[in-house]
Amino acid sequence: MTAPAAEFSLTAADVRERLAAVVDPEIPTVSIVDLGLVHGIRVSDAGIAVELLPTFVACPALEVIRSAVADALAPLGRPVRVAFTFAVPWTTDRLTADGRAGLRRAGIAPPSGLVDVRCPFCDSASVAMDSAFGPALCRALFYCRGCRQPFEAFKPV
Amino acid sequence: MTDPAAFAPIAMDFDGPGDGRERALALLLLSMADDEFVIGFSDSEWTGIGPILEEDVAISSLAQDELGHAQALYRLLVDVVADGRDPDAWAYDRPPEGYLHARLLDHHRGDWATTIARRYLYDTADAVRLEALAASTHAPLAELVAKIRREERYHLMHVQTWIERLADAGGESRERLLAALAAMGPDAGTVLAPLPAEAAIVRHGIMAEPFAALEERWRDGVGATFRRLGLPGLPVTRDPGTARSGHSDAFRALHAELTMVRRSEAGATW
Repeated sequence: MTAPAAEFSLTAADVRERLAAVVDPEIPTVSIVDLGLVHGIRVSDAGIAVELLPTFVACPALEVIRSAVADALAPLGRPVRVAFTFAVPWTTDRLTADGRAGLRRAGIAPPSGLVDVRCPFCDSASVAMDSAFGPALCRALFYCRGCRQPFEAFKPV
Repeated sequence: MTDPAAFAPIAMDFDGPGDGRERALALLLLSMADDEFVIGFSDSEWTGIGPILEEDVAISSLAQDELGHAQALYRLLVDVVADGRDPDAWAYDRPPEGYLHARLLDHHRGDWATTIARRYLYDTADAVRLEALAASTHAPLAELVAKIRREERYHLMHVQTWIERLADAGGESRERLLAALAAMGPDAGTVLAPLPAEAAIVRHGIMAEPFAALEERWRDGVGATFRRLGLPGLPVTRDPGTARSGHSDAFRALHAELTMVRRSEAGATW
């Protein structure tokens, strides 16, 4: 069987483009690329290796993300290996501008320090933190005095 | 110094290549993983019955974090020991006496004041231990510790707020906190009690300083907070030779609970 010509020129950029279509299982408006999870991509004739950074050590979505990445790369026709690493700590600084906009679309305030959070609905700065612990390890609970809505904010780490 | 024989059921069978580095590293990793696993599982008992909704969510998040840290530490242990056991085997397939967690964590979860006092004593000691591992020569441990410390900042903020609230509230809150500290105080120092492998741990640069230096720094920090809150100082560690052995009936009951699914269906995932 002859491999399609395109396969010979498969690059890390091609892989990254496909990863940009893999969204966070709990925040479907943000891709794992914009979330800053992708640490490394290595492409060789033997296969594709992707290294991802967990947002939190105990994040329960890791296995879902691992299989979503494997599914997204399967059409490239090479063995895929997805590994999680702590080689550098994931921090909220890794979020891209698109990632921050995506969080807002999901009703989650992007991280900006726990004292400088703005409401994702009305952009008011008149907000109060109810609890540093929310429905997921990565999020805190806030209340907006402007539009009187409770909302979640991505925790700075 | 903990009696090396106390570690025999699980920890002294690390015969492998090297000059004691692997065994020392394994002992340290197992003691830390067991600490995180036991406090994480104990605190998860509050899920659904926390004193208020926000605290139910908070303590559940803290428990989830600690169980994740335990899992990551068991993974590092598996890479060092490489005897065919996976992280779940380490977490669930040992008898109660095979666990190496500190005796502080043997206390029953108790009331909310007990849980807060235990978390405060453990988290402050763990923070000092993590700091001493930040530049560990075992790179995977240094990397994991860098990540864990970023999460533990939230744990410290949470428990610091609570201990001040309970101490300053007066009345029943303060009385319960004082009772919890009286019961657990003599065991508080067990988290930083020396391991049998301590000399090798320091010699190989796995940890920056011996436990005695960490314990002194931890006691200085806690002492300053307790003086400010008018709380009695911590007593010296009772029976440091069994700091991580001879576990309590409360732990045996917890162990029976946390191994129940695994025992009833070997290899089950959930």
